[in-house]
Amino acid sequence: MLSKRIIPCLDVRDGKLTKGIKFKGNVDIGDPVEMAEFYYREGADELVFYDITASHEARDIMLEVVRRVAERIFIPFSVGGGLRTVEDMRAVLLAGAEKVSVNSSAVTNPQIIAEGSRQFGAQCVVLGMDVLKVPGSEQIPSGYEMVIHGGRKHMGIDALWWAQEAERLGAGEICLNSIDADGTQHGYEMELTAMISSHVSIPVIASGGAGEPQHLADVLTGGKADAALIASMTHYGHFSVAEIKDYLSERGIRVRKYW
Amino acid sequence: MIAIIDYDAGNLTSVERALRSLGADCAISRDPEFIAQASRVILPGVGRAGAGMASLRRLGLDRVLADTVAQGKPFLGICFGTQIIFDYSEEDLTDCLGLMPGKVVRFPVEHRDQAGEPLKVPHMGWNGVDWKKSHPVFAGIPDEAEFYFVHSYYLQPASGQWVAGTTDYGFPFTSAVARGSLVAVQFHPEKSGRPGLKLLENFLAWDGKEGGDAL
Repeated sequence: MLSKRIIPCLDVRDGKLTKGIKFKGNVDIGDPVEMAEFYYREGADELVFYDITASHEARDIMLEVVRRVAERIFIPFSVGGGLRTVEDMRAVLLAGAEKVSVNSSAVTNPQIIAEGSRQFGAQCVVLGMDVLKVPGSEQIPSGYEMVIHGGRKHMGIDALWWAQEAERLGAGEICLNSIDADGTQHGYEMELTAMISSHVSIPVIASGGAGEPQHLADVLTGGKADAALIASMTHYGHFSVAEIKDYLSERGIRVRKYW
Repeated sequence: MIAIIDYDAGNLTSVERALRSLGADCAISRDPEFIAQASRVILPGVGRAGAGMASLRRLGLDRVLADTVAQGKPFLGICFGTQIIFDYSEEDLTDCLGLMPGKVVRFPVEHRDQAGEPLKVPHMGWNGVDWKKSHPVFAGIPDEAEFYFVHSYYLQPASGQWVAGTTDYGFPFTSAVARGSLVAVQFHPEKSGRPGLKLLENFLAWDGKEGGDAL
């Protein structure tokens, strides 16, 4: 059977990791390429790069990072952040990424999902969703609303509706980030993840809130997630990917154990 | 020289990068003459059956690939490049290359596992292979190795004799086939870490003669 995927997420600005990363074993790494290789060897199933650079010049720096990563790791990785057009997507894919992820640009221009899917195939197009819990209303019946700019701007769009609409438009996967849970290290937003995952037929990656292996076990079972995004819990050496996988495996959750 | 066939079917550079990392001399090409001269051929790709076949025919590559196989030159199909070597695909109701007897069909819309839990389609992520044949291209790959899959359609060879491996997703489906100088896999070895690179390395060293003993 299909294994559940463990996916470290790396934030990159101007070609560098946004924070110095301290792995278990006290290895300080600032270069995203080295970091990617470290995670590849450690057994990560996939990687996500999030480019938080805004300027156009820095785009090319990111593409160079993608090219160097693609020469050294042989697992899928996706790149997101600031991709606004199909041409932006093409550049990242040609540089060697397996998938592109669109987030706020898709909320304001849903056709980018359809166009990207048509040109490159649905398996390439990941929809990133930033979601905030709100009181249920006529406009937001699920009680979860789409937000952009790190939660600062409410879009008045129901998250469940948007997930299904994105699937219809041709998204191949959803990376579902709870703004409420993000950064807390208190666990993923279980209710949100289970709701979205059981209402779409494409895979859902849970994101936001992971602090310990138990959180991954929860979201990959009760939360019905197909994969779990992790960041600080491994970036700062609290856990290794292998340790997390051992923990999950001992609890009967199938993960890839040989790499 | 290894020819990686370019027929407008998605990202071919990842196959090229993986082969280069193994020190292979390879090139992405759509030139029938170049491909005819190559010592071995890889048909990779992600895409749709209808558009893929239209491209292969337009470029005159359908005949070149048939010749490649007829000559006994080592041939590797990957993912969509594997589906398109079959006789027929339910995707876009397409007559395909016919290099492997059988057809390609879609996973059920309401796909479920044995316990009745819903399974998502596409089948996307890491899964194991239950090897059915010993074969030089699959040699040295541990049984517990997993490979990266992304597909909504699966292979149905006309005879079990060509099934080299199966994978469980609700039911066991054929994930690797071998017939003479032709080997083809449903997963992406170029994105499957060390076991995938091992498979590619084996293919580079293979003389095209089938091992093929049932395990």
